[in-house]
Amino acid sequence: MSEILRLENVSRHFSGLQALRDVTLTVNKGEVLGLIGPNGAGKTTLVNTICGVTPANSGEITFDGKDITRIKTYQAARLGLARTFQIVQPFAEFTALDNVAAAALFSQPGQSLKAAREQAMAHLVYVGLELQANQPAATLTLAMRKRLELAKALAMNPKLLFLDEVNAGLNSAEVERATKLIHELAASGITIVMIEHLMKVVLNVCTRIAVLHNGALIADGAPREVIENPAVVEAYLGQQYAKRNVARG
Amino acid sequence: MTRSNIALLVLLAVVASLPLFGGAYALRLGTMACMYAILALSWNVVGGFAGYPSFATAAFFGFGAYTTGVLLGKGLPLWLGVVIAAVAALLMSAVLGAALLRLRGHYFAIASLSLVEVLRELVNNATDLTGGGMGLNIPLVSGSGVLAEAMFFFYAMWILLLLTALMVMAVAGSKLGFGLACIRQNETASSMVGLNTTLYKSIAFGLSACFVSAAGGVYAAWVHYIDPSDVFDILYSVKPIVMALMGGLGSPLGVACGAFLYLGLEEVVWRNYIQFHSGVLGLIIVLLLLFLPHGLISLRPANLWRKAKHV
Repeated sequence: MSEILRLENVSRHFSGLQALRDVTLTVNKGEVLGLIGPNGAGKTTLVNTICGVTPANSGEITFDGKDITRIKTYQAARLGLARTFQIVQPFAEFTALDNVAAAALFSQPGQSLKAAREQAMAHLVYVGLELQANQPAATLTLAMRKRLELAKALAMNPKLLFLDEVNAGLNSAEVERATKLIHELAASGITIVMIEHLMKVVLNVCTRIAVLHNGALIADGAPREVIENPAVVEAYLGQQYAKRNVARG
Repeated sequence: MTRSNIALLVLLAVVASLPLFGGAYALRLGTMACMYAILALSWNVVGGFAGYPSFATAAFFGFGAYTTGVLLGKGLPLWLGVVIAAVAALLMSAVLGAALLRLRGHYFAIASLSLVEVLRELVNNATDLTGGGMGLNIPLVSGSGVLAEAMFFFYAMWILLLLTALMVMAVAGSKLGFGLACIRQNETASSMVGLNTTLYKSIAFGLSACFVSAAGGVYAAWVHYIDPSDVFDILYSVKPIVMALMGGLGSPLGVACGAFLYLGLEEVVWRNYIQFHSGVLGLIIVLLLLFLPHGLISLRPANLWRKAKHV
């Protein structure tokens, strides 16, 4: 498998707070990497650093053979790095359709508004929001807004997709639906990095797991290995989870 | 073309027929109306579309007035002076915008306000070029009688207004306008979908400056004498915002109506309450904003009908 993203000794601090410490990580084409860790571990900061929102203080990030360490956010988006936000960020007054059209319009050069709207509709159908296409985004439920985020990210024709807690705040039926969507996306060949707290979803979807703790990478490997790793159990999963897991086999 | 854009063009055509009905006074009012509408429509690009509350309108107005005034003094024809003022303002504001528009909300408002003061002080101190605090006399453009001149400046301002309106409509219906609406709603998300927000904001700021500067140029030639406290008057920054709010933020038709309404109120109040006209005008504005928060544009017959049904 060829690599699509490589981080080398990436660090980021916010004045006194060291949010990322020497993170070295590669993501291979076509895989679904789960990024887990306790609250405040630096998972979202890692995504922000890759996308250019909070550039790295040191280290190097390579995407698709290009150095993107100092890249601007909009340039990252045009290269094919798309993301969803943990706290959804819709254009509240726009309809669902225009929200997705904006993503299609600005991520690809030379796109016209009309063509972007047509593409947008296809993506809304894909995530099951076609009936809400003409509703303002502000009137959608949280589950719908999460799916709208996903449609926006997909409209950017991403090579690498970051999913930041797409399942947080959803009920179990909605989680199941979202998980199915992620499976389909992975099958279609998009490389996915997902931040997720629901271990059921992580184990169900991910082909590899990386664990962050206090900004440092403490484990990286196949799902089964990682969840049995004592350091990961200590830092994140907890003894109870480990016992239950062993009992279940 | 949308219905409200057609309505705006019809409104402008009606304004153009003004000389048929009135004398010098009507022409003066008409010229002011066109000027106010240019200021308000221009502010709408950065304030209404992009959601950046700019107080820099007076800066560009004064910049245009002085650029044109100085160039006319050097013997250039009026049209050339105005074009140079507009282009210079476009470039200057686009560059300044790239720096200023990193600030958001109140911080941007204050920074844009300081631009007015900086330019005013520059003009005050460049005595050799601008006459400083003594003001600048501007040569007469034509010596062809009072009414003919009033007519000339009315149509000069009207043409500028038409160009401004066409620019604003073009922006509203374009990718640029769509992008500015994205920025207004959520700037973080905009850059995340690949929108170069700095570029878009700078273009918006530049477009909001160039016609204001041109209007300042025509104004200078019209009144023959300008001084810093006149053309860098902070009221030129505040009034367009009030007009846009009265008319309906973001809607070109609403903003133009707001400008005409504002001028009408200003004139009527000034005539009838000469002692405390500012107070009365302020009261009317507060009441209008309180009871018509979305401006004149929300007074559509359909909306009134809907309200009536719910009573």
